[in-house]
Formats: sequence, structure tokens, C-alpha cells
Amino acid sequence: MRPIVVGVSLFTLSAGMAEAAGKLSLYCAAQEEWCQVMARGFEDATGIDVDMTRKSSGETFAQIKAEASNPKGDIWWGGTGDPHLQAAEEGLTEPYVSPMRAELHPWAISQAESAGDRTIGIYSGALGFGYNKDLLAANGLPEPKCWEDLTKPEFKGQIQIANPNSSGTAYTTLATMIQLFGEDGGFDYMKRLHANVNQYTKSGSAPIKAAGQGETTVGIVFMHDAVAQAVAGFPIVTVAPCEGTGYEIGSMSIIAGARNLEEAKQFYDWALTAEAQNLALEVNAFQVPSNKAAQTSDKAPDLATIKLIDYDFKKYGSSDERKRLLAKWDSDVSTLPQ
Amino acid sequence: MRDITSEKTTHPVLIFWIIAGWVGFCLLPWYGVEDFWHLEWFVNGWPVDTDYAPAVFLLVQREKLWLAPLLPALIAPLLVLRRRKTDPVFAKVLLAAGGFGFAWLTAQGLGIGIRGWNADWLQALFGPLGDRQYGMGYGALVAASAFLFLFTQGIAARGAINGDVFVTGAIGGVIAVVTIFVFFPIAKLMVAAFVTEEGSYSVLTFLGKFFDDRIWGLGCLTGTRCGVAWNSLFLAVLVGVLTTLLGLVFALVLTRSGFRFKTGLRALTVLPIITPPFVIGLAIILLFGLSGAATTWVADLIGVRPTRWVYGLPGILIAQVLAFTPIAFLVLIGVVEGVSPSMEEAAQTLRADRWQTFRTVSLPLMRPGLANAFLLGFIESMADFGNPLVLGGNYDVLSTEIFFAIVGAQYDQGRAAVLAIVLLGFTLAAFYVQRFWLGRKSYTTVTGKGDAGVHPEMPRGLAIPVYVVAGLWATFTVVIYGMILYGSVVQLWGVDNTLTFKHYLTAFSIRLEDGGIRWTGSAWDSFWTTMLIATVAAPLTAAVGLVTAYLLTRQDFAGKRSFEFGTMLSFAIPGTVIGVSYILAFNVPPIEITGTGLILVISFIFRNMPVGVRAGIASMSQLDRSLDESSLTLGANSWQTFRRVILPLLRPAILAALVYSFVRAMTAISAVIFLVSARYDMATSYIIGRVENNDYGLAIAYSTALIFVMLAAVGLLQLLVGRTKIGRRLAHEQGGA
Repeated sequence: MRPIVVGVSLFTLSAGMAEAAGKLSLYCAAQEEWCQVMARGFEDATGIDVDMTRKSSGETFAQIKAEASNPKGDIWWGGTGDPHLQAAEEGLTEPYVSPMRAELHPWAISQAESAGDRTIGIYSGALGFGYNKDLLAANGLPEPKCWEDLTKPEFKGQIQIANPNSSGTAYTTLATMIQLFGEDGGFDYMKRLHANVNQYTKSGSAPIKAAGQGETTVGIVFMHDAVAQAVAGFPIVTVAPCEGTGYEIGSMSIIAGARNLEEAKQFYDWALTAEAQNLALEVNAFQVPSNKAAQTSDKAPDLATIKLIDYDFKKYGSSDERKRLLAKWDSDVSTLPQ
Repeated sequence: MRDITSEKTTHPVLIFWIIAGWVGFCLLPWYGVEDFWHLEWFVNGWPVDTDYAPAVFLLVQREKLWLAPLLPALIAPLLVLRRRKTDPVFAKVLLAAGGFGFAWLTAQGLGIGIRGWNADWLQALFGPLGDRQYGMGYGALVAASAFLFLFTQGIAARGAINGDVFVTGAIGGVIAVVTIFVFFPIAKLMVAAFVTEEGSYSVLTFLGKFFDDRIWGLGCLTGTRCGVAWNSLFLAVLVGVLTTLLGLVFALVLTRSGFRFKTGLRALTVLPIITPPFVIGLAIILLFGLSGAATTWVADLIGVRPTRWVYGLPGILIAQVLAFTPIAFLVLIGVVEGVSPSMEEAAQTLRADRWQTFRTVSLPLMRPGLANAFLLGFIESMADFGNPLVLGGNYDVLSTEIFFAIVGAQYDQGRAAVLAIVLLGFTLAAFYVQRFWLGRKSYTTVTGKGDAGVHPEMPRGLAIPVYVVAGLWATFTVVIYGMILYGSVVQLWGVDNTLTFKHYLTAFSIRLEDGGIRWTGSAWDSFWTTMLIATVAAPLTAAVGLVTAYLLTRQDFAGKRSFEFGTMLSFAIPGTVIGVSYILAFNVPPIEITGTGLILVISFIFRNMPVGVRAGIASMSQLDRSLDESSLTLGANSWQTFRRVILPLLRPAILAALVYSFVRAMTAISAVIFLVSARYDMATSYIIGRVENNDYGLAIAYSTALIFVMLAAVGLLQLLVGRTKIGRRLAHEQGGA
């Protein structure tokens, strides 16, 4: 009897030691390859097993909210900042001050400060648009350079943008116009743009994919998405609008009630290092990294040459302001005849 | 004979369930164990360790004392083992023990969760608990089943349904699983429709969201846009009618014509059903989009600018009709085959010509099939998500609106729930219209009396248009699939058309090393998971579906209508809603299965079961009851009758259910996207990731590979299940070939 008991306890001991390296459940809201290299990179760096689930930002937020009473995920990496801010507002994420903060750009830290340290910026990307040069030539249209160009009558039926009710990208566009032209001017712009829009897509990056396939001439998207299309071989030209533009801050948050909190913090610190952020270059992600020492792709839009507005994430990321603006867009813009 | 069975004092079924109850309570781990089948719990401290302990060991250690009342419920049935079934005490004890056991198990599961008491009033009543429990495991599952079936045996002993143990057990079982996996999650979600922004409940909130102009607006009559409800309804009716007609056309060509290439046509009609989502949409864009081959060709021909005509109603309609015709066909082929030739021969003997025979005899007898095919097309269209997403343009429909109400920029569960209620309303209305149309007529033609004869051919006036439609549609399908195949072997679809196999290599490369195979391709993980889950889900779905169909057509019991309604419900709700409601319902105890493969299997079973039910009902309403009756008179019980008489005659329905659920498990996306986890990723969610990332080549290559895998699987199933041999028809076909 005794040898068996000893054997069993040895077995449990060794099993326990194998588990000591720990595991981490990562919810990733960037593109698949990027998520993969982040998960594998962290495994290589620490020996911690990573279970990675990739979904869009909205889906991830919906899942974290649904799982709130019994969280399954530990950390949420990537995706546009608004849902991260909203999760922070609802207490779905955990405050954490990383020792890595000194190495970050100020915009990344201000993202953290506006959310009570419940989230932090990991990359940023500017809003803009891209056009299909073949279709532009076929339709005999002038090269658009500014937001204003897109409202010219000759662009009627040539422009695609997502529906701000379903897409964070399009909501960023709406908020950008309001900050550029004032609330009345911004809505006036959206109304004039509405006359030229051929389709409001559901997903934020769909317009530039349609442009790549030759299904629309112009797509209003984040510039790094347009660059990715061009790099993939589609005839897309990326434009930084002359009036200036808004931007998003891709974020990371630790999920409140995480089962592997220590590992989540380890990932958090690691993901803010220059080495981790350089992984983006391997997978054609053209966002601007938040670590000052991280490299930027030469194909990526250079944020220094783009006129960026002073985007107020706190105000335009809050649920109340968002609801008010979307309701106004619904009643004043979307109902107009095209 | 009946009397003798009920006088027996040994009850094998009863003994089985009593033993099962004790095994569940005393041997199996009561609470959920991760990786149960690795059996690590068995060597890691079972049965004493409280994580793995069976209920009885927990009680001995003075843990989880609220499980104690289950003990008397397990002991009581032992006392009546020697009694006769007709003894009133026998029935009473079983009813009380089973009923109490099941009720107590449910109540404690819902009442006590991971934070102690689940409700404030329980806390107020009993004071703080200071203990908690996680999700139920196999021990609880087996014990719960035992209580349930003890209860149904009690009902049977009281004489319900002629004291039939199998039928009462089946009814009880189906009611229990449908309640847990359909009603419970949906109820959880529906409550959300009444939640105000402050978190309290209000009917006004619901009404405000319900009578929204974006749902019911009639702007399209005056030049602007209509509400999503009207859009969805209009589309679904069109799709239902068109798919039923096309399905009938194919069924007629296959059964009532001398057409030569029947196998080829049959394969072609099955093709769209085994195509992963988004692929047909992409192919249609490349064909009919602004820069599509067909659009530019026609535009050049008549000298106009190409337009975006396909985006909106036309595009969704083309894609959905292409995708859902096979479902109508699968339902109709069974019914068209099942119309007994004797009737048609009788009509012809009475000097009706072929056209009269078809119009007055064959067609009316196909009514159950036509009605079911329309209903399925209608519901599928309502719930379809992939096609409207790709091709919808500005034509919004309910299913996509629901999805974006939940995952979009404004997380509005209330609006999603309200839209889901609207959608449900439409599908239920369709369901009742269909029943009204079928009325109380009898469609039985296959009886126990000898079945002689062969199907007559279609009348000529019908044959010509049928051939033309079938031919055109077949050509169109071939073109679409040709494009898909082509798309998987070019560098960048639509831009760089150099031929390459690199997409297949990326997805499915393998390496031989150390005498073993290493699956190095990026698609293997999700591929094997998908295969496993589809293989587990398909037979279970078919079984649940056909047993339900049997109960609905062959047995009469109180509450049959609501029973039927419940089994159809999950089908009428789009996958998105199912996905979210499953997360809400099954992420917390008592049933905690999110992140497992089990939740995927369960969601497939309950989403696809209605197809098995409909196919089973359609086929079974053609089999005369005298068949069952003669079997029963000859001394068989209802289980034997079901297995030996009805089941063999149901082969087309079984095949339909198996094929459909297997294929659906491999191609469904909307519910899956919420339920996949890192360890259980499915092929479709992987493909969507590729599409989102512009990696069309890989997505299409993977889809093409899946299509071939499913074709092989369908062929294999057909071989395994075999064909129904009714009358002389098979002999005729062999002779005619």
C-alpha cells in the first residue's frame, strides 16, 4: 500500500511542478498574425503557456461583459481604445501601474490617466482615407487630398465609410469632424458627405477592402489599414487629409478578477517593451508603437508629418456623449435622402 | 401480453436508473472537473479531495450539506423494487422520489453559486451562507438524469400513454434538455429587453425600443428607407418561395424524369450547403460587383457605366437562394419519393392524364414537404448572417442588426433582445401559417398494405420548364464554384492571377520527422477541432431530432403543441443571439461549460435539431399508423416498433438530419464566433480571421479543402445509412439505369 501512496504523491508533486510555470488566457483584438506572434513571443520570453483567443474589439468587449461574474480571460490586448475606456468606466478591468511607463510616448500614458490606470496605449494610428487609383482614373476624378474634397458632387456614389453605430472607426470619424469643424460644422460635413456615400458598412475596415477589390473608389478608414491593403498588392493610395485628422489609441487592459493576475502583469510589462512592440514589423502591422525605442516601419504613415488634432478621448469616449452624438447622427444625417 | 408485462416484479429499466443514480452520487466527481477524460482526477486525491469528490464523500466530510436531501430521494425507489407496476404505491414513490430529487438538484444549483446565495431574498431568509459551489460535473449530471427518468417511470406506471416507459422517458428527456439549452438561455437574454439604463426593469423601455422607427418605418414607400423588420420579412418570403420552387424542380428531375446525369445534379444541389460562409458572397462580388466580370462585360456590351446593383436585395437574394435551395431539396426529395405510386397509378387507371394526375394527386400529397421546405427557407433567410454582411449594402436586415447591437460601437443588449423578439415573432407566425395551410388533412400514402408500382414521369408541359430552370441553375452553380476553385490557386484574387499552390501549402503542410507526422500547416488545429466536434454533434443531433419527430407524429400527450413550439424555437433564433445567450447562461454555475468543446457541441445540437425534426415529421406523416399498430399488436413495445419498423423507413430523414448537422457544424459561424476559445477554435472562425486580414487566398483555399472533406463525409454517410427500399422502386431504377 505504502509504495503506491508514495508513487501517487510523487506523481502529483511532479504535476504540480510542471504547472508552476503558469498560464495566461489572452484575449487579442488585433489581426490574427499579430496576435499569434505576441502569444508565441511571450511564451518564448517567459515559458508561460498562453491560451489566445482572437476576436474583434466589439466582440471581445461583449464577451468580457458577459463573463463579468466569472471571468475566463486574464488580459485584453489590442483593438481600438474606446471599448477599453468603456470597460474601465464599467469597472470590468483592473487598475495597474506598470514600471515600463517611463519608456512610453505621452499619448499612451494620457490614455491610462483618463481611465484611472485601468488601460494603457500600446499603439496609435491616424484616421484618413484611401482610394483605388485605377477606379479614380476610370471615372476621371481629381485626386482627393482633403476631407472637403470628398463632399464634391463628382464623388457622388464613390465613397464608403462604416456606420458609426456599429463601428468604432466611423465613430472616430464623426468625433474628429466635430472637433475639427465644431458641432454644427461637423454635422453639416457629415450631411454633405452622406450625399456621396454609396454604402455604410458594418465593420470599420470594410470600406478600404471594398476599394481594394474595386467595389468603391474611396474608403474612409485608419491609414494603417489602407497601407496594409497597398502592401498586400491592391492599387490603393493612402491620403492624410490636409485639414488635419483624429486618431485612435490601441490599448491593453487587465481583466478584473483575472485568474492569473501575476502572469497578466508580466505580459503587460513585456508587451510595453521595445522588443515586443517590434514584433509588429514582422506581420505588416503599420500602427505607431507606444514605446519610444520601438521601430516604425518605413511604409507606415509618419505621424510627425500628419496634422493631428488634439483628440479628446475622455469626452468623446464617454458613454453619454457617444449616445448623444449617435442619436443625433441617426436622426439628422442617416435619414436624409441620398 | 400487455397485462403480463405490467404484472412483472422485476423492472430492468428501473434498476438501471437506480444504479445510475447511486453511481452519480457515490462514485463520480460531483462538480465539474477540467479534462475529465484525461482521468487525472482519479489519481489526484479522488475520492477524498473536495475538488474531485463524489457527493457522498463531500457529505461525510461535512461539506456542501445542501446535497444531503438528495439521499432519501435515492433510497426511496429501492423500497418499491419488489412491488408490481400496477400497485399505486409504486407509481407514487417513483413520482415523489424522482420529482423531489430533480427539483431539489435544480433549486440548489440555481440558488447557490460561486458567491454563495444567488439571490438577495435567499440571503435575507437564511442569513449568509459562507460557502459556495462551482458548476455541476458528471456526478450531478448522471444523478439528475436518474431522477428525471425515475419520475417519468412513475408517470408511466400511473398509466399515462398506455404505461409506455420509453415514450414517457423520451418526452421527459426532450422536455428537460430543450428547457435547459433553449428556453433557459433565451429567457436570460429576453429579460435584457426590459432593463433600463439604470439597471431596473421597465415595460416602457421595452415599448420604446420596440416601436422604433428604425424597425418598423415605412420610408421605402416614399423614397427613403424602410425599417429592418420589413426588409427581413420581404427577403425571407422571397427566399422561402424561390428555394421551395427550385427544390421541387430538382426533386422532380431526380425522381420523375429520365434525366441521365442524376448523380451529377444531386452532387451539384448539395454543393452550396457544404460551402463555408463568405465564400459564395466573395464569388458573387467578383462576378457581379462593380468591378465584377459579369457586370463589366454587360456594361461594355450595352455601353453604360458599371453600377453597384448587386449590393442590397439582389445580392442577398442570389446568395441565399443559392445557399438554401439544397435544404428545400433535401426535405422535398424525401417527400416526393415517399408519395406512393399506387395513388398515381389509381388516378391514371381512372383515365386522368399525366398533368391531371400531377396536379390533383401528386402535388397535393407533397403539401407537407412544400410547407416544411418553405418554412425552413424562410427561417434560414431570417437568421442568415454571413450573406447580408458581405452583400447587404444599405439593405439592413434583423440578423446583422442584432449582431452589431451587441458587438458594435454601442453595446446595446436591450436593442438586440428587442430585435430578436421581432425576428422570433415573424418565424413563429410563419410556423402557424404553415400549420393552418396544412390543416387536418391526411397525407399518408405508404401503408402496411403492399406498395406496388413506380412513379410516373412528369407531364411534358411541366418537364420542359423544369429542365430549363434546373439547367440554368446548375450552370450558374458550376460557374460560381469554378470561380472559387480558381480563386484558391491564384496569388491575389482579382489582382494578381498567377497560378500558385502556396495557399494550400500554408494551410495544410505536413512534415515527416522521427517516424511521426508533424502538422505544420496553420489550419490543422482548427481543422481537427472542427472535425471532432462535427463528428460528435451529428449523430446526437439526428437522434434527438428524430425521437422528437416520432413523439410529435405518433404520440398524443398533453401540451404537445407547446412541446413542438419549444423544439422549433432554437432554429428561429439567429445564431448570434444563441451565442450571446449561451455565454450569459452557461458561464456561471450550475452549468458552467463556456470555453469547452461541449458548449460548441450542445449549441450545434440544439440549433440543427429542428431540421431533423422537420425532415422526420415530413417523412413520418407519410407512414400509416397501421404499421405501428400491427407491430404493437404483434407484441413489440414502442421502442422496438420505433427501431425495427419506423427507423428503417426513415432513412432519407436520418440521412438529411445527419448530413445537415455534420455540415452545419463545419460551416456555421454566427453562434460559433461567441463560443470558440483558444483551445477549441473552429474552421469558420479561422476563415473569417483570414478574410478580415485580406488573406482571401488562404481563406478560399481552406474553404475549398473543407468542401472536399464534406463531400467525402456526405458520401460516406450515404453509404452507411443506405437507401430506403420501399416497394419495387429501387429495382426499377436499377433496371432503368
